Amino acid sequence: MVIEILTSHALNTIQDLGRIGARRFGVSTSGAMDPVALAAGNALLGNDSDGASIEVQTFPFRLRFGADMAFALTGVDCNAVLAGSAVPPWWCMRAKAGDILALGTPRRGARAYLTFEGGIDLPPVLGSRSTHIRAGFGGLEGRALREGDIVPISRTRHEPAARSDFGAEPPEVAIAGASASADGVLRVRVLRAGEYDLFSDAMKATFWSTTWKISLQSDRGGYRLAGAELTLPTPVEMRSHGVVAGVVQVPPAGAPIIQMSDANTAGGYPKIAAVIQADLWRLGQARPGSRIAFSEVDYEEAVAAMTPVNDYIACLRATADLYRAL
Amino acid sequence: MSINHPTAPFVGALERDPKISLIGTLAMLVEAPGDFDMVQQRRIWALADVLASRPNVQEAVIGVTNVMLVFEQPPDDVAALSASIIELWHRLPGRDADGKLIEIPVVYGGEHGFDLPAVAARAGLSGQEVVRIHSEAEYTVCAVASSPGFGYLHGLDPRIFMPRKSVPSLNMRAGSVTIGGMQTGVAALSSPNGWNAIGWAPVPMFDPRSDQPSLMAPGDRVKFRIDRIEW
Repeated sequence: MVIEILTSHALNTIQDLGRIGARRFGVSTSGAMDPVALAAGNALLGNDSDGASIEVQTFPFRLRFGADMAFALTGVDCNAVLAGSAVPPWWCMRAKAGDILALGTPRRGARAYLTFEGGIDLPPVLGSRSTHIRAGFGGLEGRALREGDIVPISRTRHEPAARSDFGAEPPEVAIAGASASADGVLRVRVLRAGEYDLFSDAMKATFWSTTWKISLQSDRGGYRLAGAELTLPTPVEMRSHGVVAGVVQVPPAGAPIIQMSDANTAGGYPKIAAVIQADLWRLGQARPGSRIAFSEVDYEEAVAAMTPVNDYIACLRATADLYRAL
Repeated sequence: MSINHPTAPFVGALERDPKISLIGTLAMLVEAPGDFDMVQQRRIWALADVLASRPNVQEAVIGVTNVMLVFEQPPDDVAALSASIIELWHRLPGRDADGKLIEIPVVYGGEHGFDLPAVAARAGLSGQEVVRIHSEAEYTVCAVASSPGFGYLHGLDPRIFMPRKSVPSLNMRAGSVTIGGMQTGVAALSSPNGWNAIGWAPVPMFDPRSDQPSLMAPGDRVKFRIDRIEW
């Protein structure tokens, strides 16, 4: 079974939850910028949680189904249409061979995830199907999708008659406090990181009080922030060390950078903070040009914040399994 | 755990603890105290070897005199974990640079070694002498990081140190043999690169489909052999 890509502009790639355990070879994890949307898609379809998706971040996007199959569309609301009928966001349904699915331009948010019952059938490389664009491996030929690409889909395990027209409550609705505030500023919770205390009290205060704009020079590798300059009383030379997605580094020029999915495995700038795991998916949906602000949590709060996220996915999976069996 | 921990080696009475900090709830950075030296790097390798096999450690990522632990789940007791790492640090002997010896043939100068004249000019040496100095040394792979298969090599002769460029060269070819500050390396990917290219090695540094995707591993030693010099 296959799907055919009819329209795809730059930077739409195949991504799963990321390449785990290859940092020691200098290989960044890659992986979905919104792992909750990806997990929800796999849960709706009853796929394994390591199933890969198409991460769509440039719109419009269109594909044609080469066979009857169920699919799920999660992430941003992008006015999707399947064979002339609207597809609600956070929904799974069954397409017929020849049907065309078209994703329009979202009003808010950054990324949509298309998952397919059975999963994308491409070979894992270093344990993952995620596309590593810089090194040119993983996904489909290690590159972004383009018109004419044929993406193989594994044969489904479910009965064709199984129910497959239902949806989920999006996590920004289902999880308390997960939506952007009324002023459009996304509040992102962070823990202090290694060099926080090297900054003066005034600089720390600036870090917390500034409403930061995600600059247009932001991508899957990292978000560059504009709004204030954070400088150290004396420059700090750090030796190259491992970093993970969410770390907020401060280069000498003073504009912070948040490392994201495609970031290098190593960094060397002072680290002022790190976005907590429970908020990384929300940040993954923040667009260049949108605004964010940081709020501090402690370790226990950061750990506890993952409980509603994990519960959301687990509950969704259990409900979808029940519903499909009805 | 204090700096006077009883199981520390004798010098431990004066030795500082590593700096331990969290990067979120799923990563912890352990940085050796003091300036860069290979003694500390060897101790980091040894520490990483032990910590990599601990439960809940997904990966121990070696850096330049530091190691980052990536966890499966947030650790329950960060203070106890930190204390046990500090205790290990003071107790563990370093691991020798006992990896394999990698010999890399290099075409020095020419089309892909376009910065060789600038390196020579800055050093006040001839291009020939820069090549001789670079190829006579034996280097140690401190860490593999930053991009796939890229080894941070220690052992560059200070006479041919060369600062990184303020404007990176666009599309430097994979295999370029480069000098950046006090380090040398082999570019594993074709990409913009701020280091100075002095040659090119026809050796794949990274193969994602191999069981050992990176040619270099921490603790390996590297010799550059003059394949030829182009002017």
